[in-house]
Amino acid sequence: MKVHNTLATQTSRRVFATGAISVVAALALSACGGGASSAPGSAAAKPDLKAAGAGTITMWVDAERSPALKEITEKFKADTGIEVKLVVKDFAAVRDDFITQVPTGKGPDLIVGPHDWIGKFVQNGVIAPVELGDKAATFQDSSIKAMSYNGAVYGVPYAVENIALLRNTAIVDAKASTFEDVVANGKKAVTEGKATFPFLVGMDPKQGDPYHLYPLQASLGSQVFGKGADGGYDAKQLLIGDAAGVEFAKKLAAWGDAGEKIINSNITGDIAKEKFLAGESPYFLTGPWNVPDVQKKGIKFAVDELPAAGGSAAQPFIGVNGFFISAKSANALATNEFVTNYLSSEPAQDSMYKAGGRPPALKASFEKAASDPVVAAFGKIGATGVPMPAIPEMSAVWADWGATELAIIKGQGDPAEAWTKMAASIKAKIGG
Amino acid sequence: MPKPDLLHEAPDTTATRASSPGSGPAGLGASRNRSRAGKRRFGPDSLRGIIVKIVLLGLVDALAVYVLMMLFLSQSWAALAVSSLVVLGINWIYLRKGGLPAKYLAPGVLFLLVFQVLVVFFSGYIAFTNYGDGHNSTKDDAIAAIQLTAQKRVPDSPAYKASVLSKDNSFHLLFTDPSGKVQLGSNGEPLADAPGAGKDSTGKANSLPGYETLAFQEIVANQQEILKITVPVSDNPADGTLRTADGSSAYQFKPALSFDAAADTFTDTETGAVYRDNGKGAFADKSGQTLSTGWKIDVGMDNFARAFTDPSLRGPLLGVIIWTFTFSVASVALTFILGLFLATTFNREDLRGKKVYRILMILPYAFPAFLSGLVWSGILNPEFGWLNQTLLGGANIGWLTDPFLAKISVLVVNLWLGFPYMFLVCTGALQSLPTELDEAARMDGASAWRVFRSIKLPLLLVSVAPLLISSFAFNFNNFNVIYMLTGGGPRFADTDRDIGATDILITLVYKVAFGQGTGRDYGLASALAIIIFIIVATISAISFKQTKALEDVN
Repeated sequence: MKVHNTLATQTSRRVFATGAISVVAALALSACGGGASSAPGSAAAKPDLKAAGAGTITMWVDAERSPALKEITEKFKADTGIEVKLVVKDFAAVRDDFITQVPTGKGPDLIVGPHDWIGKFVQNGVIAPVELGDKAATFQDSSIKAMSYNGAVYGVPYAVENIALLRNTAIVDAKASTFEDVVANGKKAVTEGKATFPFLVGMDPKQGDPYHLYPLQASLGSQVFGKGADGGYDAKQLLIGDAAGVEFAKKLAAWGDAGEKIINSNITGDIAKEKFLAGESPYFLTGPWNVPDVQKKGIKFAVDELPAAGGSAAQPFIGVNGFFISAKSANALATNEFVTNYLSSEPAQDSMYKAGGRPPALKASFEKAASDPVVAAFGKIGATGVPMPAIPEMSAVWADWGATELAIIKGQGDPAEAWTKMAASIKAKIGG
Repeated sequence: MPKPDLLHEAPDTTATRASSPGSGPAGLGASRNRSRAGKRRFGPDSLRGIIVKIVLLGLVDALAVYVLMMLFLSQSWAALAVSSLVVLGINWIYLRKGGLPAKYLAPGVLFLLVFQVLVVFFSGYIAFTNYGDGHNSTKDDAIAAIQLTAQKRVPDSPAYKASVLSKDNSFHLLFTDPSGKVQLGSNGEPLADAPGAGKDSTGKANSLPGYETLAFQEIVANQQEILKITVPVSDNPADGTLRTADGSSAYQFKPALSFDAAADTFTDTETGAVYRDNGKGAFADKSGQTLSTGWKIDVGMDNFARAFTDPSLRGPLLGVIIWTFTFSVASVALTFILGLFLATTFNREDLRGKKVYRILMILPYAFPAFLSGLVWSGILNPEFGWLNQTLLGGANIGWLTDPFLAKISVLVVNLWLGFPYMFLVCTGALQSLPTELDEAARMDGASAWRVFRSIKLPLLLVSVAPLLISSFAFNFNNFNVIYMLTGGGPRFADTDRDIGATDILITLVYKVAFGQGTGRDYGLASALAIIIFIIVATISAISFKQTKALEDVN
């Protein structure tokens, strides 16, 4: 009995081992088959897209925009049989991941992002130009201009955003025509006890906020870079340190902590919003992203353009969101088809607007969205704006620019001196 | 002598908390195995053991086969060879009878290799390259990218509608210009008239006798070839070529730069400027003007040299190093002193409600450090912060904006974050000290302070000193507190780089790597990281030697 038993266990063990090995082998074989051929029967009737590596387009998108794209990707699949796989990524990581992964061949075919990424992308050779042809005319001029870099268009725009001046109409009922009036109205409201702060703009306590202050700088005639022959920004023409810039620096000191306290370095973006929502200030310089909360709070407000503080118009920076195609897309033709003929369509731009609330870049969609007076107002102000520079040299500008503005607002040092030094420092970085 | 329950519990919990997380599971596994060996039926050589072994190994091998196939298809031969050896090794270890230690060690060693050694070697390798913005990939990629972006649409050229046709296994493009004129062309073959072309309802030519029209699916299936088709507009190459990007429209392109593969140069088609490989991973012309996309090359010790010679880094680097040491030493000292003080206080046997106090004490530890940093930066806001407004009656003190106060603030916040850890460690260590010593010393008439200084502290240091060293190493690289609280600021006035008074080395590395100022520079950042590693490793090694001396004392 005993001997028999051992034998039985031994055989069963052996049988099992062989069985398991054959299972593994079968698994391996089937895995092999899955990759190489799928649906061989349909090859004659329909070309096998999967075999050509063209079955899917991969797109990196953030959680907010992903649902808005569902409809158009479904339509694309129904028309062409190609699936657009939406990979939801953390927005903050998208740019750097794209730059590092495209060269390895593991990047997506397509991503969504703001236009000022383009410079870095081109510098690293990771995006391909897009030819929109006649379709370019159906988009707002400013959005196509923003997407242009070195004379070529690199993305299909879908939304334009910019800042404007929100005015609490319960405190100040009339639109101001100069920035001095804004300051005067604000101060009057404070002395009358209707408000605590004459004017609000969010400051980053660590880096300042050149983006929000740019319209004021522009209204004094100061720009960051000059423009080259192709209409794009030219890194060789650094204009920020010119006389108009110094003039702006002096005004900034006068508005700052040591002066009239119009611009307060201690008011962060969060505090500014909180104070405006509490009705403590008549003015708030901000973008459309803060509007829903203001509406929710029931504050009556108007969207004005920021009036000029000097001789020029107070042009805000405009940021354009759009779609970019990878330079190493293995599925470039299908991706181009999807981007130029589907994402540029009215239904796609409409649904992106509905999901994100940013004014559409396509003229036809914008007109529909402009039935909302807030969108119309922001859009009208954006039309006068200038694209945020996308050249890679811009990254050398932001840090110095913000830190210097912050120091000037705090009243540290001589504004003219600080400003000139900042320009020299930026110039050294770009040159070196 | 009856001991309160609380005292009994506490050493256990603190001991497990203080010990490294790895020791828990390992201990658990060992005891389980012991019980398995005890019951023969579930031993490794039983039927059940074999089944489990085969299923697990089968799963691992199935995954390995898949990975190997992928590596084979992507032609990564080196990785394929290494992976095959690893798979063979794993199978050999687990299929043979003996060699129990290897069976336990293999997974750990494998993960160590993949997640530690490989990463360290890779960043070591990066330190000797110029990897960063503009030098992101290989030279071939850079050339392809430059060629791609050099294609410019000929100004005011018409937009053509295009259809893709095929004949004798080669592809042709049928163009319809805005005036309705139809022309045919193929790769390298200039445009020619196409009589007899059929048109669809929009006026776009879509068929030609003798040719087969491709449907969109067929176009996509052959996209690589179709995208490569460049049709010269005329015999004159200066007129440019027609290309299609989506198979339904085509535009006239002319490259702004032409590449000569034999000479390895780009030539500007308008100005005639010649761009050559400048040996620094980019194409440059005579004046030193480079084309925007470069590639990754090995630069030897350049990055290390730059860390000490770059004028914008050299000046602040010394200040940053000094502050890094001050910060980490002061953080360890302050947290240890406060933690030890509280631990001694709460260690009194006659204290009531110890549990509650201890829980309150540990709260800052349970809070994510980066969140605490943000919250504290709000609390310390000069005008709206709670500290100035409520406690200091509306004073306007720039806690985070004055270089000196910012350093103090960083230390205080880090003290707040760090003392619970020291409290835990010290409580555990104190409770493990024999009480007889204490009693004996008291009998001899020693004061409480004397007992603490001469008996408790030296004994305590034996077990706590290694933790102090690791705490030093941790604070040396304490990125969260600095970055979330001050962002390294306030900025130094004497440098172009975005470096400030509270920057420690690791935040400096982060700023270099992720381009706060001059673009990302992974090569330089890796070099700085290696320097940090050398500093920390040296100090730790010396300190551990010192603690050995401490043990000898007892």
